[in-house]
Amino acid sequence: MTKIIEPDKRTNIFRRPSSEYGFWSWVTTVDHKKIGIMYGYAAFFFLLVGGLEALILRIQLAQPDSSFLSAAEYNAMFTMHGTTMVFLAIMPISAAFFNYLLPLQIGARDVAFPRLNALSFWLWVAGGLFLYSTFIFGTAGAPEGGYLAEEVGWLGNAPSGGWFGYQPNAGFKYSPGTAMDYWAIGLQILGISSLVSAFNFIVTILNMRTKGMRLMRMPVFTWMTFAVAFLLAFSLPIIAIALFYVTFDRQFGTSFFLTEGGGDPILWQHLFWLFGHPEVYILILPAFGIVSEILPTFSRKPLFGYAAIVFAGFGIAFVGFGVWAHHMFASAISPVAQAGFGLSTMVIAVPTGVKIFNWLGTIWGGKLNLKTPMLFALGFIGMFVIGGLSGVTHSIVPADTQQTDTYYIVAHFHYVLFGGALFGIFGGLYYWFPKVWGKMYNETLGQIHFWLMTIGMNLTFGPMHWLGLQGQVRRTWVYAEETNLGFWNLIVTIGAFILGLSIIVFMANWIYSKRKGEKAPFDPWDARTIEWTIPSPTPVWNFSKAPDIKSLDDFWHAKYDEDEEGRAVRKDTADALLLELEEEGLNPKEVIELPNPSYFPIILAFGLPFLGYAVIYRSISLALAGIVLLLVGSFGWAIEPLEEEFSMKEEEE
Amino acid sequence: MSSGHEYPHESTGVETRKLGMWVFLSTEVLFFGTLITTFLLFKGRNFPGIKLTDVYDIPFTSISSFILLMSSLTMVLAHNALENEDQEKTRVWLLATAMLGAIFLAGQIYEFTEFYHKGFELSTNIFSSTFYVLTGFHGLHVFIGVVFLIALWAIGQRQQGLSLDRGIILNS
Amino acid sequence: MNKKGLFKYKNFSVLSLLFLTACIENAPMDSLSPAGPYARQIDELFWLTFWIAVAVFFLVMGVLIFSVYYFRDMPGKPEPKQIHGNNVLELMWTIIPVLILAAIAVPTVRTIFDLAKEPEDALKIQVIGHQWWFEYKYPEYGITTANVMVIPKDTPVRLEMWSNDVLHNYWVPKLNGKRYLVPGQKTYLNLQADAAEEFWAQCGEYCGLSHSKMRGRVLSLTQEDFEKWINNEKLNAKNDLSEVSLASEGKQVYLNAGCTQCHVINGVWDVQGDRIAPNLTHFASRNVFAGASLKNNKENLTKWLTNPPEVKPGTFMPNLELTEKEIEALIVYLGTLK
Repeated sequence: MTKIIEPDKRTNIFRRPSSEYGFWSWVTTVDHKKIGIMYGYAAFFFLLVGGLEALILRIQLAQPDSSFLSAAEYNAMFTMHGTTMVFLAIMPISAAFFNYLLPLQIGARDVAFPRLNALSFWLWVAGGLFLYSTFIFGTAGAPEGGYLAEEVGWLGNAPSGGWFGYQPNAGFKYSPGTAMDYWAIGLQILGISSLVSAFNFIVTILNMRTKGMRLMRMPVFTWMTFAVAFLLAFSLPIIAIALFYVTFDRQFGTSFFLTEGGGDPILWQHLFWLFGHPEVYILILPAFGIVSEILPTFSRKPLFGYAAIVFAGFGIAFVGFGVWAHHMFASAISPVAQAGFGLSTMVIAVPTGVKIFNWLGTIWGGKLNLKTPMLFALGFIGMFVIGGLSGVTHSIVPADTQQTDTYYIVAHFHYVLFGGALFGIFGGLYYWFPKVWGKMYNETLGQIHFWLMTIGMNLTFGPMHWLGLQGQVRRTWVYAEETNLGFWNLIVTIGAFILGLSIIVFMANWIYSKRKGEKAPFDPWDARTIEWTIPSPTPVWNFSKAPDIKSLDDFWHAKYDEDEEGRAVRKDTADALLLELEEEGLNPKEVIELPNPSYFPIILAFGLPFLGYAVIYRSISLALAGIVLLLVGSFGWAIEPLEEEFSMKEEEE
Repeated sequence: MSSGHEYPHESTGVETRKLGMWVFLSTEVLFFGTLITTFLLFKGRNFPGIKLTDVYDIPFTSISSFILLMSSLTMVLAHNALENEDQEKTRVWLLATAMLGAIFLAGQIYEFTEFYHKGFELSTNIFSSTFYVLTGFHGLHVFIGVVFLIALWAIGQRQQGLSLDRGIILNS
Repeated sequence: MNKKGLFKYKNFSVLSLLFLTACIENAPMDSLSPAGPYARQIDELFWLTFWIAVAVFFLVMGVLIFSVYYFRDMPGKPEPKQIHGNNVLELMWTIIPVLILAAIAVPTVRTIFDLAKEPEDALKIQVIGHQWWFEYKYPEYGITTANVMVIPKDTPVRLEMWSNDVLHNYWVPKLNGKRYLVPGQKTYLNLQADAAEEFWAQCGEYCGLSHSKMRGRVLSLTQEDFEKWINNEKLNAKNDLSEVSLASEGKQVYLNAGCTQCHVINGVWDVQGDRIAPNLTHFASRNVFAGASLKNNKENLTKWLTNPPEVKPGTFMPNLELTEKEIEALIVYLGTLK
């Protein structure tokens, strides 16, 4: 068994860190797998926080005219719930998948810029911590001239402008205090993190593919990663500018969005949604990719219409930049704009439908293995269709003027984000669990999780459809008894707690299986893509030698032939091949140089929160501290040695 | 970075870091595109306070713009010199580029101070806000560029100099 | 494996049952019970789309559930055929949705322009959004009121709207969709009620602390009653209150407490400060107050006047520290403002 070689001790001041295990190995890692795992755990933590925020909201809404939360607390909770779920839960969990899987699916050792990858992660951590530090340092209160009966408690000292921060309500006059600044600057840092990831993935996919891995032979998950990276790259700069405008308006006296100075609050809506709409495709495309991997594997036949699914994905991404004002149908836009965006929104339903029909075509005629990943993938199709269809009803502009800003919209996006993105993500977590940990998860617990989650989800978000159409407005802290909305709100709250229960089942399964799960066989799912041709858990060097790809689903074709009817027939050589791959995978014959760990990404990353605090508190010393960190981080990074010279201490046992 | 010599490094044939730079530049198109769009959006509107047209000095701005454009020329010359493996000329032209950028920035600071004294400030009106933020971000980019150029010039002083495909040569 | 297929079926039927029994009875904010021509146009369009969506839903779910049951792995089942796709199907399931959407697009675009058109001979009302109440002005009659918008039935009404502070929107679900109220810009909405009844309205656009207490009423009256209302509104408030006990004391409390800083009572006091609060001239003729979130009765008025920020967090009306007696007198005075 090849030992991982140790670098020489050098006297260079910029000596690269060298730990392979332990705390420091995680802090200085540039290994895409470790980074993926860190993203995964941190994002899951925020998923729990966001879920807790949701449960608190639902307790308040379980009854009419409830006083469980004050208005200030409620507004802070729904703002943080939305912001957390979008930026601190779903996006980074998707990042966890991209990070871990992308190099494996294209046969690479790592991403194009490993230190940049680490930077993304640490920037994201810095941004998330900065945002949440509002609960410790932030202040919020009544608008200028308004009165509150009691002081805002700690739970209310958080941004309360909504995750969409509409102006001028999120400006300094109507949201005084520092909480909204934490929001604007926190989001700014998070945006930079994702932008940096986007460059990395685009270049990785274009340049780091192994021999024979032509673009049209890449797995669909890789294609969706590619599309997401473009969406990020082109939408994040827009919100970055918009957030600068918000911070400048709040801190430096400009009036981009304030009518008193000649500004335009509708400009914020346009800029936000120019980012915001591509953002929702960023949230769902990874799940599309995951489901496109699971369905063929568990149906034992190829993905139906591979090219159609790839092109539809890019079609959705492209048209996704042309529908943003459908979030503004009731706002101050002209009927011509309404008609134009209504039509473009209808157009985007077409490629989405194409994907759904192709997924159905995949399972049709298959031999369906109904294990947990497959259940989630199938559940995804069911739930996403509901969410997608309610989305089509939103494209009917006059009807949308009744639906917008009501719980009908909340139902729509939770069906596509929870029933869609999150179901896809859970499917992926179960599917790739053996690859990451080398163990199998517990199937019974997985099934229980799935059913509880499906029931909980429908009980929570189903009634929101008619609650919305029959009068429940969004972002309402209380609703009146006479609106007769109490009964279904109570059901929704009960559903939400069932969801909480299902998550506990998942966590129990994860913790138990990581410790005591059965050792995973080499190819547990009889899969199709090349990440399954290497041992589990993934060796740190990924592939012992670069795979040579001959076709789409290369691994499947190495194991299976087709008979005259087109049915799959396992080759006699298949089992031997698996043994050979496992043996080879654990024992690389050549010296493999891996990208070295580095201190500088984390140093650079933590410079930004200092700048953030400096802006809010007008502190020169904090600004200087931040700039010093940025300078040390960037220069250290540029000058540190690229590769340590190793002594070859290869030991064979 | 090295990822095993048997790996084909660039599936597209374009060097990885060059490709990365192009992707980054495309996002900058959107970054400045948004700033410029805001500028154009507010340009026609009525707003209180001083207008830019009341305070600007076209001859001065033309000269500083020309200086910045000349720095593009000197940068090309630096690249050219490195292609011809003339380390000293490379450093000279890099420094020249940095100097021209710095002169541009000095001019910008002078100009903005003049505007400020005439009453055209960041918070004067929406047009001034947009103007300063747009040109401010541009100036910030120039500043970062100057810093990097000087750093390259300094690092290029080492015995091994600079390299055309790797920039800074590490691991002497 | 057998169980799993059927189990999925069970979940699906529970879902459908839930859905069929769902509709809430007597919801005052119900957008599915149109009571005027504009809401009806929207309603028709919605149901058309809705049933198409339901058909697609059953189609997709049907194929899904059937596949899960029929194609599930069972002992002895052969390996499946490795089909990669079918170009004819791809074409069909691209083109058919396009045709369906095109079919819905035509009436949709038509309705957009229909609803945006200014109706002929419409009654013009201006709606001004404040944190957290709606102000209504009738420019033809020179009337200013709040919280309750009175309109004649069977008559088109053109709302010209804007906001005094942040974004709000105005939504009367039984009469039309909603539209934003924007500071510094004007937006427009048409309303028309078939019958003489009271409709509920609400602000749907998150506007701060008491957003959920920013509600409204639209009262549609017969032409005769409407004219009576207009004439009453044009009248100033009575100055002589001697016949009502406590009313004069109440009027004094009103003056001492500083209510004139923000509130107008026509013919008695004009507003002194620069904050605008609801016009109270005909306060007692309105059945709701405090952004239409409370019924206009003694109990609620007492609660409100004791501590307004407790009822509507963030409100611009401070706790005036009135004694119980003062509040009682004030309520009597307010009761004379018919």
